[in-house]
Amino acid sequence: MSGPDTALPDTALVVDLWRGDAGGGGLVRYRVPVDPGQTILDVLTWVQRHAEPGLAYRFACRVGMCGSCAVMVNGVPRWACRTRAIPVARQGRLEIRPLRHFPVIRDLVVDFEAFFARWRRALGRFAPASPPPDALAVIAPDASDRQLVDAAIECIGCGICLAACDSVGANPDYLGPAALNRAWAAVNDRRDDTMGHLRAAARDGGVHACHAQGSCRRFCPVGRDPAGAIVGLKRRLLVAALKGRL
Amino acid sequence: MTEFRLFLIQRITAGLLLVMGVAHLAILLAATQAPLSAAAILARTHANPFWPAFYAVFAMTAATHAALGLRVIAREWLGWRGTAWGIGLWAVLVTLGLRAAWIIA
Repeated sequence: MSGPDTALPDTALVVDLWRGDAGGGGLVRYRVPVDPGQTILDVLTWVQRHAEPGLAYRFACRVGMCGSCAVMVNGVPRWACRTRAIPVARQGRLEIRPLRHFPVIRDLVVDFEAFFARWRRALGRFAPASPPPDALAVIAPDASDRQLVDAAIECIGCGICLAACDSVGANPDYLGPAALNRAWAAVNDRRDDTMGHLRAAARDGGVHACHAQGSCRRFCPVGRDPAGAIVGLKRRLLVAALKGRL
Repeated sequence: MTEFRLFLIQRITAGLLLVMGVAHLAILLAATQAPLSAAAILARTHANPFWPAFYAVFAMTAATHAALGLRVIAREWLGWRGTAWGIGLWAVLVTLGLRAAWIIA
């Protein structure tokens, strides 16, 4: 392409992008001009605008809220929009691949269906006790159970924890960190029935499939602690099992 | 749920192994510091049924913990999803452990 912004400066990032689809693919090399402060999303956008219009990648908000732009960058799952390219490049090189443990649709776009199916299997939603109480629950912001809920909510559903989790890779039945983190938030909601989440977490592929490596916590871009949530679920399950409630 | 129960058994046996393993090391150190000959050690284990009972439980706990752990490793690394070989491994380990406990009884 021609145009003033397509000329490569003296320094350029060497970007190997995975291109392909569910049938297979491979890395294709592009040279992307260095722009101080550019993000991985900026790199992808540059490639699409100037080198490969057919490149498929996903983004929406560009400010770290929507959780749609996660990709593997040099082997690490990261949100593209909030990751600066230069600090994560290795000797000026970036290798960008679709998220691990997700089926590829095309290029960097992956299928999230199985991710959200895990949330459903983990009962990763509010499941109120029935019948509902007559009065509305009053939950103080500094109540200990509310603090546990606070620590677990506001996951942006980016899939980075699932991509980072080696237990998911070893055991595809495993519910994974995001779904169990959501279940943990519900378990600590005093309006919730609780037992449904615990039973779901005790099924085959539940919390016991976690090997506590902690990659989910390490790579979560919004500072959630799914590993801690899973430990909490294990403790509650142990107590429930000892009381014969499972 | 089966998997979760097996997970709980593995955790419980891990706790037991921690206590019994430390006790076993202490016994080893005491026996070698004394020092006791093999014949003297066997004379003591023959005289007191506590020792074969302790080591029978210790061996079964270790066999159960090891079989469950190897089963998970085999499932995740080798894709062995079956249960027969795990039960077989557990039976072999328990037999070896109980045989050892029987010999010192």
